[in-house]
Amino acid sequence: MVRPARDPGIGRRTARSRRATRIADGAGGGWVTVSVKILALGILDAIAIYALLVLVRDEQWVISALVVAVTVLVNWIYFSRRKLPAKYLTPGLLFLAIFQIFVLVYSGYIAFTNYGTGHNSDKADAVNALLLSAQNRVENSATYPITVLEQFGELSFLVTEPDGDVSVGGTERPLEEVQNARIESGRAVGLDGYTTLEFADILTRQSEIAAISVPLTDDPNDGALRTPDGSNAYLYISALAYDEEASTMTDTATGTVYRDIGTGAFTSESGAELLPGWRIDVGLDNFARAFGEQSIRGPLLSVTVWTFAFAFLSVLTTFALGLFLAIVFNDARMRSRKYYRVILILPYAFPGFLSALVWAGLMNQEFGYINSVLLGGAEVPWLTNEWLAKFSVLFVNLWLGFPYMFLVTTGALQSIPDELVEAATVDGARPWAIFRFIKLPLLLVSVSPLLISSFAFNFNNFNLIYLLTNGGPRDIEASINVGATDILISMVYKVAFVGATRDYGLASAFAIIIFILVAVISIISFRRTKSLEELN
Amino acid sequence: MSAIDRTATGKIHTFAHAAQPRRSARRWARETGWRHIIGVIMTVFCAFPLLYVLSASLNPGGTLVTANSVFSSFDFGSYVELFNRPQQPYAAWFGNTMLIGIISSLGTVFLGALAAYAFSRMRFLGRRVGLLTLLLVQMFPQLLAVVAIFLLLSGISDIFPAIGLDSQIGLIMVYLGGALGVNTYLMYGFFNTVPASIDEAAKIDGAGHARIFFTIILRLVAPILAVVGLLSFVGTTSEFVIASVVLIDPQKQTLAVGLYQFISQEFSRNWSVFAAGAVLAAIPVMALFLFLQRYIVGGLTAGSVK
Repeated sequence: MVRPARDPGIGRRTARSRRATRIADGAGGGWVTVSVKILALGILDAIAIYALLVLVRDEQWVISALVVAVTVLVNWIYFSRRKLPAKYLTPGLLFLAIFQIFVLVYSGYIAFTNYGTGHNSDKADAVNALLLSAQNRVENSATYPITVLEQFGELSFLVTEPDGDVSVGGTERPLEEVQNARIESGRAVGLDGYTTLEFADILTRQSEIAAISVPLTDDPNDGALRTPDGSNAYLYISALAYDEEASTMTDTATGTVYRDIGTGAFTSESGAELLPGWRIDVGLDNFARAFGEQSIRGPLLSVTVWTFAFAFLSVLTTFALGLFLAIVFNDARMRSRKYYRVILILPYAFPGFLSALVWAGLMNQEFGYINSVLLGGAEVPWLTNEWLAKFSVLFVNLWLGFPYMFLVTTGALQSIPDELVEAATVDGARPWAIFRFIKLPLLLVSVSPLLISSFAFNFNNFNLIYLLTNGGPRDIEASINVGATDILISMVYKVAFVGATRDYGLASAFAIIIFILVAVISIISFRRTKSLEELN
Repeated sequence: MSAIDRTATGKIHTFAHAAQPRRSARRWARETGWRHIIGVIMTVFCAFPLLYVLSASLNPGGTLVTANSVFSSFDFGSYVELFNRPQQPYAAWFGNTMLIGIISSLGTVFLGALAAYAFSRMRFLGRRVGLLTLLLVQMFPQLLAVVAIFLLLSGISDIFPAIGLDSQIGLIMVYLGGALGVNTYLMYGFFNTVPASIDEAAKIDGAGHARIFFTIILRLVAPILAVVGLLSFVGTTSEFVIASVVLIDPQKQTLAVGLYQFISQEFSRNWSVFAAGAVLAAIPVMALFLFLQRYIVGGLTAGSVK
């Protein structure tokens, strides 16, 4: 253990020493430091102000308040003459707070929502999307000549209404009448502050323009204007009618009423849902599904058991092979050990994600080298049989992981003092006894923290599993996409991001389960290694 | 033959050697011969997959089947084809990976060093708690929160498309979130080995804290900065989970994401092109590793074998 540096005396300083520090700082901080500081803070503040403008426009008050608070705090820290430690810690802590701590807390929140495919947004967005998707052109309705305008990257329609009035509007911005439009032969073609799109622009942005739907009025049931060609628009009215008071959607063709019954989607009497729905808090529903539904509980349980088994066996096999090789090659009489050592760390130096992909090719059932050449055409299902796939994953992880254990145990073996071994030899101990009772215990003391961190790493060894077997072979009885070699983290990923339906809520609930398991493991390991007590 | 052997068996035999300098073949086999046999077996085990990729990459137009005849041809056609596929912009992937790797590792080193300096040289309220928190937080890797990271970035996209989803700056920011933690811990230990008297001498000579940090301390701790930078570079360049979720446009993706999608789409057909890509992708990382292996091993074990 390295002794910490002597207290430099900033904690308990007298008025004199404080003054001396300030003078030293004043003398040391040249104009370069000061100008770099001001420049960096200026850029940060500019970004913060821009973010604030956008957030206020979108009426995101909580986040706006946070942005203001953080910006003021950062400025205060760097312009204050004190707060020296904070000046050094703030940059790292800021990133840590957002992208590590906040996101973990946020996963906790998502686990209690129905966030996922069909429930991505808030209710207003869902209503808009539903009305939009059910829009049909009103037959024999008037033609509205339009001109497509652009302002700050957003497209708008400049509409010349049948009665000659000119108005402008865009997606989710209902038509507003304007007075100062430029008129050419009875058709408005330009407006101050906007750029008129040329014909060539309209052609290149055709799909973007075709997706625009400009509401006639604030009431979405009045319909909207859409254009197929960028020069004429037609009135579209949705087949669904939204009643904001009663919070119902009515299909005007069939008369079916869809109600908001608190499940995050409009649902009819018969139970049919209109999708997209919206995001709601569902309480413990995701956890209830994870532990209650047999088609999820079964896979969850087997995946959890396999995660522990995989992590434990990976550490055990890599450590055993690494230690064995360290003993074999730790003999001064042996020549060219240097060369063996370089070759032995090759698998560790080769990027891990590539190793998994290469081994996936080697182990391919029909064409892979192992089956075709080494086994002379046998079709061993290395990656597609449940148990062989588990074996293959462990085997490839052995290839990937033993060099690390080899390096670590070699170092630890060499740091065991020779005197101990000599003393034991003099006392008549056989080589095996020396290893078993002297070297191994000493070795375990120094490498056990590394074994624990290796366990923690393999517990979440996503790359190996996902890139080698994709988690498969797939469990056909499960209602979620999960396979025999999936570990918890790869299951989270597959539930959230792979396939047609994404279930962020359920995936986050799984992530919370991993979080709890990891917390328990680390509490146990910290108790054992006493690393917390050494801290000073 | 060294007189001082480290192993137990070696010790016993030292006396025998002194009397009998030339060993018989049987004796050689018993003492070191079997070690060479294991060495050769392990050499084959370690090197074979790598040689297999190399040979597959030199097999032009090859599939998994043709790759099985190892080193049957020697042609760089696959390497040329690798750079002529508009659907799989390998050059862009390579550049992105290097750029993201270098920027995030530099940022990681810088943020970690700032924090380690504060923890090592200053005494302040919450210092011990801060160190403990870092130790605990590093137990929970960022990929646990991949769903939340994705949703957070897609929220940021609404305000700042430049740093949100499908942006490399956003990805780098996420990686920098993991900059403290284990790195600070490694650096903290190393900073403590630099005597505080150096700082004090500089302070007496009129240097401020910033000058001490940038011009004195950072130079003295350069070895640990190299280790942390390297480990973070290697970690970032092979990171898959977050990169695959954040980067959508093929032009913006990294090697890990791009090569995986390439190979999962047409697994056995373009094996030699994939192999060429794998060889090129592995070269910089392996070169760094083999040149700097001594430092890396030191860094890996510094956490425990003190």
